[in-house]
Amino acid sequence: MTRTLKDLAPGEKARIKSITGNGSIRRRILEMGLVPGMQLVMERYAPLGDPVEVSSPGLFLSLRKEEAETIILEQNGEEEQ
Amino acid sequence: MTDKKIVIALAGNPNSGKTTIFNNLTGARQHVGNYPGVTVEKKEGWLKHEGFHITVIDLPGTYGLSAYSPDELVARKVIIDEKPDLLVNIVDASNLERNLYLTTQLKELEVPMVLVLNMADIAERNGIIINYKLLSQLLGMPVVRAVGTKNEGTADILNAVISSFTGEDKPLPRLVRYRPEVEKEIENLQKLFYSSDSTIPIEAAASGGIVVKRYPLRWSIIKLLENDSELMEKTRAHSQSQVLLEQLEQSKQRIINKSGNDLEIVLVEDRYAFIRGVCREACQSRSIDRISITEKIDNVLLNRVLGIPLFLGMMWLLFQLTFTLGAPLMEWIETGVAILGGWANNQMAEGLLRSLLVDGIIGGVGGVIVFLPNIILLFLGIAFLESTGYMARAAFVMDEVMHKAGLHGKSFVPMLIGFGCTVPALMASRTLENPRDRLVTMLVTPLMSCGARLPVYTLLIGAFFAPQAAGNILFSLYLIGIILAIIMARVFRTWLLPGETEPFVMELPIYRLPTLKSVLITMWERAWLYLKKAGTVILALSIVMWALFTFPIVDKNGNEFESATEQLESSYAGRMGKVIEPVLRPLGFDWKTGVALVAGLGAKEIVVSTLGTLYSIEDDEALAAEEEPVVKSFAQRAREQSGYTPLVAYVLMLFTLIYVPCLAVIAVMKRETNGWKWPLFTMGYTMALAWVVCFVVYQGGMLLGIGV
Repeated sequence: MTRTLKDLAPGEKARIKSITGNGSIRRRILEMGLVPGMQLVMERYAPLGDPVEVSSPGLFLSLRKEEAETIILEQNGEEEQ
Repeated sequence: MTDKKIVIALAGNPNSGKTTIFNNLTGARQHVGNYPGVTVEKKEGWLKHEGFHITVIDLPGTYGLSAYSPDELVARKVIIDEKPDLLVNIVDASNLERNLYLTTQLKELEVPMVLVLNMADIAERNGIIINYKLLSQLLGMPVVRAVGTKNEGTADILNAVISSFTGEDKPLPRLVRYRPEVEKEIENLQKLFYSSDSTIPIEAAASGGIVVKRYPLRWSIIKLLENDSELMEKTRAHSQSQVLLEQLEQSKQRIINKSGNDLEIVLVEDRYAFIRGVCREACQSRSIDRISITEKIDNVLLNRVLGIPLFLGMMWLLFQLTFTLGAPLMEWIETGVAILGGWANNQMAEGLLRSLLVDGIIGGVGGVIVFLPNIILLFLGIAFLESTGYMARAAFVMDEVMHKAGLHGKSFVPMLIGFGCTVPALMASRTLENPRDRLVTMLVTPLMSCGARLPVYTLLIGAFFAPQAAGNILFSLYLIGIILAIIMARVFRTWLLPGETEPFVMELPIYRLPTLKSVLITMWERAWLYLKKAGTVILALSIVMWALFTFPIVDKNGNEFESATEQLESSYAGRMGKVIEPVLRPLGFDWKTGVALVAGLGAKEIVVSTLGTLYSIEDDEALAAEEEPVVKSFAQRAREQSGYTPLVAYVLMLFTLIYVPCLAVIAVMKRETNGWKWPLFTMGYTMALAWVVCFVVYQGGMLLGIGV
């Protein structure tokens, strides 16, 4: 089963494998520096559960779950290679 | 001696402190307008430095230069069409990697650049050491250190601009080199164009005919590889593009085959790889405490339990600031206008001219500036929240609610301002990037009960309801406005403007303490826009309304009217009230209410004074000030002459809440949407909605015997 950013619990970290989706959303995600290989930490969910906040050094980014779902993560085993 | 002229454009990410630098550079010598055809703010300013007259264009804050958002399209259009002599790229030094992404994009437009590392103090505090000289060599442009909030480095920026312009400082040009397979294809595609020229003509249909614009060649090819919608369209429209398009497809396919990824990812990856390389060499970062101050603050402000209460508390404070502090100032202005009106009244002989000046012009201008304290204070608060970085958090906290209504987290800001005044609220909707989201936000914002409607509520509540019930009645009106806005947003989003909502990929900036100066300038800019845009229209409309209510000045037989009430009844506005009476009857209103509602088209607070005149309340001011005996006699007369019951009074408040925002709003909406379609639609839908809601409430109330 593919794991996406949406499946990450607060405090968990994972590496980006690929970014699906298309158009402006994908473009914006890429421009923010979320490219394959980058490690992300799930910071928190918003008080009402959506959107979520993720971070990597120097970046705090909020995105909706529907957008987080387009970011495919590496499986746990793949992370430390 | 005439100054030599330089035109520079400031580019940078949102939150890079670009506005602060712009303010430092130009001070108050600014001009704010709109780019033609889009609702993107255009800011220009100028200054003189060492014998140079420097024009500064403040480009919209963007992350890239793709064709997806109007802001990014505008930014690149300005750079290509207006050909500034220099680009000044403001970057957040504490977040260099992300900010340099735009730099790589700007660089490809082949305009000389100066890089400004803003917020250098924060970067240094975070333990980031930057080698400016090396960075300048690696990027091929002068690099300047600045702290915008402390006005540090302003002169350095100007010096760098001038020495770049005069050619004293000419670093070697350096561009992002993409991976070999990409570079090879760029080269292949370049061969299709006349090789001697580094720009390509792409034909574009512009107003009035076909124009030829020149884009940098390498940049165009890269954009075509990225499938940039604007450039693809223009290329397809070109009569001889067949070969190019075929070749382009083949090139893309070859790159995809080789890299295993699509072009968008490949190019972004390569840019970031270049940036990382640069940063690794030129920046040293001592281990930063990961839980920075921002994270600590966010742990509280965005807490799952505390997040919403704190947000609401913040909004409560904002409103206390706006209305509690604003009230005495408003009174002063009211008094001042009254004194001026009284003075003019005494100075001039009775007649039409005096009436025009006192009632039309002074009254009209007074109606505009009386809101100024509220607007200034509200904007002060909002400018502060924006520049500290809290606004983005507010959108984060509220997005789920707004998204359910078919809106965006950011829609909440204009809707909030709408409680103060709808005019600036519509202007605040510009922070929304997606045109559909922006339009829906603008359409429903008038339902947020603005400050001008408050006098109508307080008078009617004071006249018809027990003091204990006043708070609840008032609250119910605000609540109904909000609920209707949510319902209408949902309706518009589903049927009128269906489509994807704007992505909510938004950076939560590091918290920072803004300078007083930058907050004040931001505040003043918006207040001035209100005065200018709304002021002129309101003045013109006040005169029209004055005419409607003043003429004819004599009755059929040429005699003067005996009383103000009689005159009003016979005026054009009075006749309009009578004409619409049958439509208003099912809501419990008579023609007098109709006249008041017609008057309310100009500005809602006029409903009160018109009702006062209609019920022969001589002392307008005492009524507006809600002096008890006057209010009681108003209630008495309204009950006797128009059959007002508490139910009718409530329905009238509801109608005032919902129907047509004032004409100034219509005028601003026309400006913001570039046409009459949406303002007319807003007039139509709010009137229909007001009628339906009031009909249901009135008939329901009658049926159930509530408030009769």
